[in-house]
Amino acid sequence: MDRKDWPLFEIFIRPKNGLSHKHVGSLHAADARMALDNARDVYTRRGEGVSIWAVPAASIAASDPTEKASLFDPADDKVYRHPTFYDIPADVKNI
Amino acid sequence: MYTQGLDAKAEQGAQPSPRLVTEQEAALQGRFQERVDAEEKIEPRDWMPEGYRRTLVRQISQHAHSEIVGMLPEGNWITRAPTLRRKVALLAKVQDEGGHGLYLYSAAETLGVSRDELVGQLLSGKAKYSSIFNYPTPTWADIGAIGWLVDGAAIMNQVPLCRCSYGPYARAMVRICREESFHQRQGYELMLALAQGTPEQKRMAQDALNRWWWPSLMMFGPSDDQSAHSAQNMAWKIKRFSNDELRQRFVDATVPQAEFLGLTIPDPELRFNAGTGHYEFGAIDWTEFNEILKGNGPCNRERIEARRKVWDDGAWVREAATAHAAKRKQRALKKAG
Ligand SMILES: [Fe+2]
Ligand SMILES: [Fe+2]
Ligand SMILES: [Fe+2]
Repeated sequence: MDRKDWPLFEIFIRPKNGLSHKHVGSLHAADARMALDNARDVYTRRGEGVSIWAVPAASIAASDPTEKASLFDPADDKVYRHPTFYDIPADVKNI
Repeated sequence: MYTQGLDAKAEQGAQPSPRLVTEQEAALQGRFQERVDAEEKIEPRDWMPEGYRRTLVRQISQHAHSEIVGMLPEGNWITRAPTLRRKVALLAKVQDEGGHGLYLYSAAETLGVSRDELVGQLLSGKAKYSSIFNYPTPTWADIGAIGWLVDGAAIMNQVPLCRCSYGPYARAMVRICREESFHQRQGYELMLALAQGTPEQKRMAQDALNRWWWPSLMMFGPSDDQSAHSAQNMAWKIKRFSNDELRQRFVDATVPQAEFLGLTIPDPELRFNAGTGHYEFGAIDWTEFNEILKGNGPCNRERIEARRKVWDDGAWVREAATAHAAKRKQRALKKAG
């Protein structure tokens, strides 16, 4: 494997205990272990995280931006999925 | 700024000649501009005009190169910092600049160029980087002046880039700006220590200000009437303010800081205009700027040579990493088998 073939890893960091990992950026590395080492130096120099995920970019399946409308628009007119759609008299408590 | 080479008129020739735009393409372009106008972020896999992609690749990669080459003038002083406190600060700053380069190369790669291609352009001398890093750092006061003025000018330019229409670039700039403010503060603090020190230390601080003032103003790029790509980049929301606007903001912010230091800005024409509320300043010597962009600055050759040496000397590390990864994979396979 030449350096040119070092895979791209997407880096996710959990900012603190109890929160989800969040995408912060990407980097190339010879393997996942080195990706983690490098991610520590590049993305957590100021206590930004307590846990790192390095995910090979090639393993991520992504939705197609041109299908945005057909995928997400159907949810727009379904107001009945939200709690505010339902009328409850003000006198009823704890609901 | 870090990408001031983009604005040079001479580069207009690099633009491909206009071709016929199909109806479908015109519709896509219209839709694209609507999204940009609505302040929506453009993401890597979204449709974008070829010119937008090309401009971003050049701007982001020039910016990345500037961060990496920018490590050199300051790196020069790490081993000679006068105290441990100053040394750890400088080390952390230079390390940050390396990180900034990486965030930016990563952002450029989302546009379909490879890292090796970009690094190759820098090492071959084909790519441009900010003119400011072609000046030498002969004294310790230069480290203060760079943090205060160069990082200060960088912040002035980069804060609006956090709202750039291209998502990955904007997000990289958010991280970078968060880190830059420490760079400027440590520089100013260093200048303050010198300015309040012995007469000799104060002279050193003044000398550094004398040498870095005008180059810092040039960081914002040619004045608006000389700038080639401004209008299109504004429409695409890659750029939010003109070079002259940002330069004026920098002067307005920096002059009072120099006064606090008890140092004199090397511009006899500098004066405050109470009517406009802005400082007026003397004409910039653009011949010096253009010479540096052409590669004839005091340190152009040295900087590229240093980058080449780093690349060559680091070859064994890259090879070892590759070999190590292969070995680790082999071991894992053997264990599984
Ligand atoms: Fe930086
Ligand atoms: Fe910088
Ligand atoms: Fe900086």
